[in-house]
Amino acid sequence: MSRQTPDLVLSTPPFLRQGQTTPWIMRQVLGALVPVLVMAWVHFGLSALLVTAAATAGCLATEWLFDPRRPRGRSLRDLSAVVTGCLLGLVLPPGFPLWMAFLGGGAAIGMGKVLWGGLGQNPFNPALLGRAFLQAAFPAAITTWSPQGTGLFSLHGTNLALPFLQGTPVDAMSAATPLARMKFQSQVTDLFPLAVGDVGGSLGETCGVVILLAGLYLAARRIFDWRIPVSILASTAVLSAVFHLIDGARFPPPLFMVFSGGLLLGAVFMATDPVSSPITPRGSWIFGAGVGGLVVLIRLFGGMPEGVMYAILLMNAATPLINRATQPRIYGT
Amino acid sequence: MGDLIWIFVAAMLVNNFTLAYFLGLCPFLGVSGRLDTALRLGLANIFVMVITSSCAWLLNTFVLPHAPYLRLIAFIIVVASTVQFVEMVIRKMSPALFRALGIFLPLITTNCAILGLALFQTNRGYDFLEGLVFALGAGGGLTLALVVMAGLREETRVLDIPKVVQGMALYMILAGILSMAFMGFAGLFSSGGS
Repeated sequence: MSRQTPDLVLSTPPFLRQGQTTPWIMRQVLGALVPVLVMAWVHFGLSALLVTAAATAGCLATEWLFDPRRPRGRSLRDLSAVVTGCLLGLVLPPGFPLWMAFLGGGAAIGMGKVLWGGLGQNPFNPALLGRAFLQAAFPAAITTWSPQGTGLFSLHGTNLALPFLQGTPVDAMSAATPLARMKFQSQVTDLFPLAVGDVGGSLGETCGVVILLAGLYLAARRIFDWRIPVSILASTAVLSAVFHLIDGARFPPPLFMVFSGGLLLGAVFMATDPVSSPITPRGSWIFGAGVGGLVVLIRLFGGMPEGVMYAILLMNAATPLINRATQPRIYGT
Repeated sequence: MGDLIWIFVAAMLVNNFTLAYFLGLCPFLGVSGRLDTALRLGLANIFVMVITSSCAWLLNTFVLPHAPYLRLIAFIIVVASTVQFVEMVIRKMSPALFRALGIFLPLITTNCAILGLALFQTNRGYDFLEGLVFALGAGGGLTLALVVMAGLREETRVLDIPKVVQGMALYMILAGILSMAFMGFAGLFSSGGS
């Protein structure tokens, strides 16, 4: 064990440090996620916590097993795998079988992080990659939205499906998400239930107000670049307002678009991943506008009701190009 | 007009030749190491695809009704020789354009994406204009995939990729991830198209 604060530090520049360390940042993000998790618990019962725990366990196990750095398990201490696990859990539906969530955690860390050399090197957001993997592998299970639980300790039957089985849904009814209702029945959900989270959906994509507050906290602490969520939300709102003005019957109003589905969660917690988003301020604006544009495109014209995950992944893929295009000019050239 | 836009978007994003149909993977994996070469290969691809589409339409309209069994051979030979011929013309007329595209033109002509384009166009019964738009969309989609892939691959050079996946293995996985991200476009405009 080396001492935490050595007497003499020999180092190369830069000498001016920010004081932020990775575990500190991760603790802040986890702290901001706690209220979101609590809201998920309140809305969906014990299932919410179990699904999140399973996803986190998958992340931790994969990181422990496959991270090449030694001693084994050292990389777990920076808590980034826990953050990935919680985020993955929050984008899964409440009745999701736990073994699938565990597998998703494995895919998130294995394919999204360890493969690229570990923390700070992943070109894609690991949690979203895990969800995209699950969406491709289990398209039925991941779009089965159980209704909100009736108590804090309610469980959904499909949670406990044995590995490699779907599980028979024992919930008498399923609840369509507001976006699915919009897409397939052209019904707009009212703003108030959307904002407090009184609707069906993934665990973390229900209560918009709490997510916004968590985002404000993180932005105030300078954990992430505030430009990204701002430009995502603004571009989504503006674009959907334009479409709403063109054909109000067919396209939903902008506030519905902003508060429904995973947009807030994605904009605050996923797109702002400092590794997979652009490094320049101008790039951040472009990145956010791109995410917003793709979200509107996929939601309004695509085959799926929700597109935040794909929008962010696609913009992650474009991030190296954005970084390259927005390099500031070297002074004097 | 709406039909044409739909054909373009479908060929470029929804049914992206590389990321949804897995055609043209050889140039996609082979020449995506650097951004500028990837971009030039993509442009050359668009160029060849447009030629292919026009050739296929000509063959389908005037030749193949008399000899339908020649379809595959006719497509390959006519496309390859036309591209070679055009390459010679470009070399003579515009050395700058030749330097930009020339090396890639003969490389692409025998690619599965090119034959795929001709066959898809025939099966779907596109007329001349639709075929051109289809070729532009498909070529644009390939260019997009190539450029994004090249950007990511240049980035991977500075990462500590574990030894087991270094090189082609990582690029295959990367292609898979990109393909997964492109699944988001599934069904785009499908309700407004026809």
